[in-house]
Amino acid sequence: MNVLESNGLGKRYGNNWALRDCTLAIPDGHVAALVGPNGAGKTTLLNLTVGLAAQTDGIVTVLGGMPAGSVAALDGIAFVAQDTPLYKNLSAAEMLHMTRNLNRRFDERYAKARLGELGIPLERKAGKMSGGQQAQLALTLALARRPQLLVLDEPMAMLDPLARHDFMASVMTAIADDGVSVVLSSHVLAELERVADYLVLMSGGSVQVAGEVDDLLACHRVLTGPATEAGAYTKRLNVVYARRGEAQTHLLVRTNGMTDPVPPGWEAHPVSLEELTLAYMRDPGAAALPGPARAAVVLPKEARN
Amino acid sequence: MTVDKAFSAGDGPRPASPIEFRLDHASGIPTYLQLVQQVEHALRIGYLNTGDRLPKVRDVVASLAINPNTVLKAYRELEIKGLAAGHPGQGTFVKATLTQATLPELARLRSSLLTWLATADTAGLDDDGIVALFTSVLRDFRKERASANGESEGVA
Repeated sequence: MNVLESNGLGKRYGNNWALRDCTLAIPDGHVAALVGPNGAGKTTLLNLTVGLAAQTDGIVTVLGGMPAGSVAALDGIAFVAQDTPLYKNLSAAEMLHMTRNLNRRFDERYAKARLGELGIPLERKAGKMSGGQQAQLALTLALARRPQLLVLDEPMAMLDPLARHDFMASVMTAIADDGVSVVLSSHVLAELERVADYLVLMSGGSVQVAGEVDDLLACHRVLTGPATEAGAYTKRLNVVYARRGEAQTHLLVRTNGMTDPVPPGWEAHPVSLEELTLAYMRDPGAAALPGPARAAVVLPKEARN
Repeated sequence: MTVDKAFSAGDGPRPASPIEFRLDHASGIPTYLQLVQQVEHALRIGYLNTGDRLPKVRDVVASLAINPNTVLKAYRELEIKGLAAGHPGQGTFVKATLTQATLPELARLRSSLLTWLATADTAGLDDDGIVALFTSVLRDFRKERASANGESEGVA
């Protein structure tokens, strides 16, 4: 089952396409990270996914083909928006009460137990909580709806390192306990490396790279060798990004996924998710979509020999 | 403190794992591999013994804030290596240890190897030649051992 699937999805605000020809399929059971520069369309895509906005073009479905925004779809999805919006004057208990009454499904016992574990007093007003506690309260309200898909927009942006760690630990524990699938957007690449096993890199309103993190890492590597030979290999290999010194060059290349031989005199190193993501972000023209449906279409000729 | 209770036999909860994982984010080693290596290290040093429980996936996830699939991948790797076995609903347990020989045994082996090295040196073998010979004999030895034990070749 795909938790999120879009085909030719577009969203226009005035004359501005925030999202254009966005096609992707995120399978369930993953923590999918939506990454990209500001204005790449991450929040727009998430808003369309949870039914907060309607698309101009194309289709988007969730949880195995349900139209995004339909009642059935909304029952299975929980969303925590950017900056974890809460009513600052309401206490935790009042927020629970309200969320219970606004939703068809809400596990109040779970929510209360969770807040107890976190040491968040029910009578405390949201506005009086620390940033970390507010984020945890918002997450608790979302998880108590017992979603199949949890959507988080920049969940860690406002949090200090400890609160970030605790927040992510809570999300990961929910996955271990209930098998929730997660789609989240974030700028914090180093943190994503630990949690994300599916990457969607967006740029200019569409998908630039998408795939399982392990597959992406396996089909990319850094080649280090003499600068004089770099030109020859740049022609032959799929170079995503090159860093040239006077004598030495580093090439981040996309391989066939198989172990193609390292040129003599060159060294090959595995690439980290952060390095890979930065390389693609630096070059919005480079595309790699090893996802199931599109691999054959997108991989350039050189990669197929 | 409930430490004593945790070790009592019977229907009480099983004891927690003897080890705790940590992550070195600067190492550049994939997270699942760090977990595998830490288990192997604990097995060599003797922190972990046969029958010990590995940390529960949920506990690892809660303390390190990593994807549960990463922990599962590490445990699968340990199972493939024959070091651990998963028991559904109970957890993953150590199946074999990596502590190999006692210290006096190692000392004896070392001195007999030195005698052999002196002979090889007299015969004119250089370091590379010695390593090549040793590797080749070791490979043959393993192969014979495997067929003598009735294991089919190529199966781990």
